Amino acid sequence: MSVVDAKEVIARRVAQEIHPGMLVNLGIGLPSMVAHYLPRDSGVFFQAENGVIGLGARPPEGMEDASLTDAGGGFVTAVPGAASIDSAMSFGIIRGGHLDMTVLGGLQVDERGFLANWMVPGKMVPGMGGAMDLVAGARRVIVAMVHAAKGDAKIVPECTLPLTATRRVSLVVTEMAVIEPTEAGLVLRERAPGVSVEDIRAATTARLVVEGDIPEMRLD
Amino acid sequence: MKTAIRADAAAAMIPDGATVLIGGFMAVGTPHRLIEALVRRGARNLTLIANDTAMPGKGIGKLISAGAVSRAIVSHIGLNPETQAKMIAGEIDVELVPQGTLVERIRAGGVGLGGVLTATGLGTPVEEGKTVVEVDGQRFLLEKPIRADFALIAARQADYLGNLQYSLTAHNFNPIMALSAETVIAEPDLIVPVGVIPPDAVRTPGVLVDHLLERAA
Repeated sequence: MSVVDAKEVIARRVAQEIHPGMLVNLGIGLPSMVAHYLPRDSGVFFQAENGVIGLGARPPEGMEDASLTDAGGGFVTAVPGAASIDSAMSFGIIRGGHLDMTVLGGLQVDERGFLANWMVPGKMVPGMGGAMDLVAGARRVIVAMVHAAKGDAKIVPECTLPLTATRRVSLVVTEMAVIEPTEAGLVLRERAPGVSVEDIRAATTARLVVEGDIPEMRLD
Repeated sequence: MKTAIRADAAAAMIPDGATVLIGGFMAVGTPHRLIEALVRRGARNLTLIANDTAMPGKGIGKLISAGAVSRAIVSHIGLNPETQAKMIAGEIDVELVPQGTLVERIRAGGVGLGGVLTATGLGTPVEEGKTVVEVDGQRFLLEKPIRADFALIAARQADYLGNLQYSLTAHNFNPIMALSAETVIAEPDLIVPVGVIPPDAVRTPGVLVDHLLERAA
C-alpha cells in the first residue's frame, strides 16, 4: 500500500467514528484529512484550538482573511453558527470535557493505551502545543497513524518516547487495523481489506488481544 | 483617554532583560509593528512568553532571528527551526509548557490566583519538579502563575479609551495577556472614536491598557 493510500484508509475509517452533532478537534496533517470523508451536512462542528468552533473549508483564492486560520496556520473559513473564542475558552472547552473527540497523530502507543506523540529526545523537540491538553481532556481520543515507521513498530509493549498523557486513548486506527485499548490490553477490532491477523501481529511488538474472527474494515 | 505612541517609543520603553508577554498564534493576531520596533532597537536578553515562536522571518520569529530573546516560555517551536537550533546551541533557554496550561498560568498571574491545578502533564516530563495536589481523590499538577513586565498585544480595533475588540482566530492569547503585565501596550489595526465599539463587543476593557500604538502609516 502506498503512503497516500494508507492515509486515505486511515482517514476514511476515522471518519466513521464521527457522528452528527459532535464537536471534534482534528490535529495537523493526517488527522485533518478526516474532514474530507464526512457527508456535507453532517452537523459536525470542528474546533481549532487557536480559537474557532465551526472551522470551514479553505476560502476561495484571494478571499483569505489573515485573522482566520487553523491551528497549523492555514487559511480557513467559518461555517454558519461558528464562534470565535480566546485561548482560555478554547482550552477550557478541551480540558473541561466539552470536546467530544480529538483525532491526533502518534509516534508510539503502548499496551496500556498510552500515547507518545510530541518529542523524540535529541532529534525532534517541537513542543507539545495543545496535544497534552487534548489527550488529557477530550471525551474520546483517537490516534490516527501509519502502523509502523520504516520497519519500526509504533504499537509497542511500553512507550520508549516521552508520554503525552497517562490517559488510555479510546481507539487506534492504522492502515492495517483498528485497535481498542482496554483494561485487558490492546484488543484487535478490525483488519484492513486484504490484511491478515498475522500481518498485523508481524508489524506490532505489543501483545494484541485477538478474540474470534476479526472483521474487515468497512471503507465506504 | 489614551495617547497614541509610536512603535519606536514603545520599544524604547522596554529595556533589555525585560520579561515580555507577546500575543499571537503562528504570527496570527501578533503585534507585528511592536516586534519590528524591538528588532530595530536591537533589544537583547528578553524573556519571551508566548504561545509559539512563529516561523523564521514572521512575527515573533523576527525577534528570534535578531537574537533578542535569551529565554522563551512557549508551547510550540516546531515551525521555527531557528528557535530549535538556538536552543540546542544553548543561546536560548526554552521552557515548553502545554498550551492550555500556559494560558491558564498567564490568566492566574493576571487575576490574582496563586496557581492552577490541572491534570494536563501528569505522568509526562512536564510533571518533573512540580507539586502534585490531590483534590477529592483526583490528582493534579500545581502550575504557578506567570506575570510579566510588559504585554504586547494585537487587536482588531481600539477606541480612544483603549477598549479592545478582536477578530476571529486573532483573539488567541491577547485578551488573557492584557491582564498579566505591569505595562500593557496594545497594537490595534484601527483606532475608532469612543462609542463605535459597543459595550457588549469590548473584550478587553480599556482600564487594562496603558498605551495604544498609533495608527499604521
